[in-house]
Amino acid sequence: MTQDKPTFPYIPNTDKDREAMIQAIGAESVDHLLRDITGTVGDKLPSLLPRLSEMELQRDFRSLASKNRNVVQYPSFLGGGAYHHFIPAAVKAITGRGELATAYTPYQPEVSQGTLQIIYEFQSLVSQLMDMDVANAGMYDGSTAIAEAALMACRITGRTRIAVLNSLPPRHIEVLRTYTEAQGLEVYTVDSTSISIDDFTACLVTQTPNYFGYVEPMDKIERIVHSHNALLVISTDPIYLGMFESPGALGADIAVSEGQPLGIPLSFGGPYIGLFTCKTQFLRQMPGRIVGKTTDTHNRDGYVLTLQTREQHIRRERATSNICTSEALVGTAVVAYLACMGPKGLRSVAELTYQKSHYAAKQISDIPGYSLPLKGTFFQEFVVECPISPKEILSQLYTDNLIGGMDISDTVHNGMLVCVTEMNTRQEIDSLVESLSKITSQGKLQDEYSGPR
Amino acid sequence: MDRSVPGRTGAFLAESDVPKQELPPKEELRKDLKLPEVSEGDVVRYFTNLSQMNFSVDTNYYPLGSCTMKYNPKINDELASLEGFAHIHPLEQDWEVQGALELMYHLQSSLSQVVGLENASLSTMAGAQGELAGMLMIRAYHRANGDEQRKIVLVPDSAHGTNPASASMAGYQVVTVASDDMGNMDLNELKRLVSNEVAGLMLTLPNTLGLFDNNIHEICNTIHEYGGLVYGDGANMNALMGHTLMGPLGFDVLHLNLHKTFSTPHGGGGPGAGPILASARMAPFLPTPIVAKSHSGAYSLVSPQNSIGKLGGFHGNFGVLLRAYAYIRSMGSQGIREISSNAIINANYILCQLKDYYDLPYDRLCMHEVIISAKWQKPYGIRALDIAKRLIDHRIHPPTMYFPLTVDEALMIEPTETESKETIDHFIEVMREIAKEAVNDPQLLKEAPHYTPNTRLDEAKAARKPNLRWSGQ
Repeated sequence: MTQDKPTFPYIPNTDKDREAMIQAIGAESVDHLLRDITGTVGDKLPSLLPRLSEMELQRDFRSLASKNRNVVQYPSFLGGGAYHHFIPAAVKAITGRGELATAYTPYQPEVSQGTLQIIYEFQSLVSQLMDMDVANAGMYDGSTAIAEAALMACRITGRTRIAVLNSLPPRHIEVLRTYTEAQGLEVYTVDSTSISIDDFTACLVTQTPNYFGYVEPMDKIERIVHSHNALLVISTDPIYLGMFESPGALGADIAVSEGQPLGIPLSFGGPYIGLFTCKTQFLRQMPGRIVGKTTDTHNRDGYVLTLQTREQHIRRERATSNICTSEALVGTAVVAYLACMGPKGLRSVAELTYQKSHYAAKQISDIPGYSLPLKGTFFQEFVVECPISPKEILSQLYTDNLIGGMDISDTVHNGMLVCVTEMNTRQEIDSLVESLSKITSQGKLQDEYSGPR
Repeated sequence: MDRSVPGRTGAFLAESDVPKQELPPKEELRKDLKLPEVSEGDVVRYFTNLSQMNFSVDTNYYPLGSCTMKYNPKINDELASLEGFAHIHPLEQDWEVQGALELMYHLQSSLSQVVGLENASLSTMAGAQGELAGMLMIRAYHRANGDEQRKIVLVPDSAHGTNPASASMAGYQVVTVASDDMGNMDLNELKRLVSNEVAGLMLTLPNTLGLFDNNIHEICNTIHEYGGLVYGDGANMNALMGHTLMGPLGFDVLHLNLHKTFSTPHGGGGPGAGPILASARMAPFLPTPIVAKSHSGAYSLVSPQNSIGKLGGFHGNFGVLLRAYAYIRSMGSQGIREISSNAIINANYILCQLKDYYDLPYDRLCMHEVIISAKWQKPYGIRALDIAKRLIDHRIHPPTMYFPLTVDEALMIEPTETESKETIDHFIEVMREIAKEAVNDPQLLKEAPHYTPNTRLDEAKAARKPNLRWSGQ
């Protein structure tokens, strides 16, 4: 091996192989094969950072990783749409299998029965969890699932207005606006005390538990929406469903959720998966992949991608959506997680989360200067009104080696959204309480802050 | 899951360590939750057995055209699972996640370097979402210039289905442009269709026929002359890296598929990532967020000035982004070029070795993929589908079939650079044998595949009577 010519572990062919192939093609050199390319850069290569060997790569990436505070080493009270839950080791072992991770979209069913059957399981379990008729194979994330649900409601009803409950997380509303504005659809927010819906409203989009972590009273909302023949879209949290009433029971026409809590690592916001379900009557307006059970020429059961005439590769500009992915590997983790947990396990996760978050809320509200401004039932998150701006509080928590809450002072005065899950120990909760106790309306009592900013 | 036995469980959770809290009223609580009750061993064996019913890049040669099924380096998965990446929360303060932001910043600039467009947003979670973002940016650009009469987007007839679907989601009317006999875009057609009502053109380069359009300069100039913009579908970037730059060629916006060109695993249909790259004039409209670096060297998430907004809950598929960045770092500038050179050699080698056995709709040098047609086999009752299914008997994944739509009985073969000459020679040998079988024993092909868990499946039945979940629900 010569030292001056670099070798690449992911490119097997040698100079000798290449020469033989170029000769077989009848070309003089590789440049001959590139002659159609215009605007060539000649010898000028893109100026990328220097190449790293696998050893160096490990070192370099470990160093980058160490510049991040992770929720395994630091107690975290941050939620707001992504949650730190327990993930059984079996889930990672399953999604780590190359046969699943390195397969393509299952267009060739005979060689994709593994992926296809897992998606069928996914659809089954997600339908059951949401208590809805049918599920698709998955969307990008919870936010885009909401946007696609609203678009679907507009197609079904032929209406152009989308009502959004103002307790929906602002992130979701922003994504919804980006997705719908160009199609000439109107998004408007309503308050649960005065829901204004008219005959041009396609749907009301709601979330329970809502942005603030509280259970949204759905029965009144459901009656108003359906009395105008609009559709009810409910976004929810899948762990919450281990304990609380399902969207199906609440009368949802389309129900969606961020699937991340079901066995997916936080991974700085992605990849996640959007769970997407609806009533059977709307099936043919659904976006995304759908897997169906059928039989082969020997009458054996098998699975295929189905109802594809809705999709972009058949219907092109008239497709229900442009989406191709189903986040299949993430969906695999969801199925493995739900299978490991079972009904009792999921209920335990939900109840532990509920118990611990309520314990934390009580302890925090007992600290002088702190209060819980919202009333009602919450699940894993709650709003704390702090004596000073949450920004300063978060700096103090940083100094005390804690992560989060989330600053929501733009919607609630000195509001901080605190999240507690089954992963938080009592000791962690108590240290959060202790940290907060150090801060009163007069400012910090002790431990002058010396962190960044 | 039909193996559920009441009482079994695959997980055991800790007891609560906090004083018991009062539960909400019973009527708010769920009465019934149907999930499987199975042991952990059951779960693992079930999935492992299912996985073995799949073809995958780790187990099979996968010459699937337009999908760039290259080898997915294992180190990248290992790096993605480091605690400092896998377990960081997307809403942590910027100063708590400087490592993640630094990585994203460098990925933005690496991708910019590779395609020759100044700015990037990594927030789009798939190629199709990148397309939607690009179309919305084009729309926002025209609106910012008070140019609101532009309602049309031109899309070649050979384009991926996502192109027209994305343009349509961005509120545009799609008009199709035909290809010419050489597989290029028909320039006369383009000139007939272009007007000041055209917002832009969506173009894949090399196109889905695996050909570098010889008229690319004139195409871009024509669109620009009429005030339109050129959107690049980067699905086929595996052909061009290190050889040409998309920005200088005339592209204004372009998306990349990190799960294709940059080796992140396809996952059986996701997750992918579809970053969007933009020229300086298009940069203010990029989707939010992007990563910026301050003079002091601190990284932060920011929103571009006239951003089209958010297209996802957080900052994109970070777990995919970091794998792609690791791949770029392990290849380096020289390696990036080697990828494309080798992909092109491999594809042309297949072309020349198969051209006496299969019809070549365009008999010219190809780029990183080659289209053949089963036209010569048709008189024997053999279709592209039958050839594809017979390949399965040889444990080779079929090429893409019946795409692009402009070619009769198309089979689209993309060998990628990560396959050796021996693997490719074996594929060629099998394809030649199948061509002979098509003549001598067509029935053998029509009944293929023979050794898979299922023979051909009844797709019509699946669509006619949808069975989409376990019965009894």
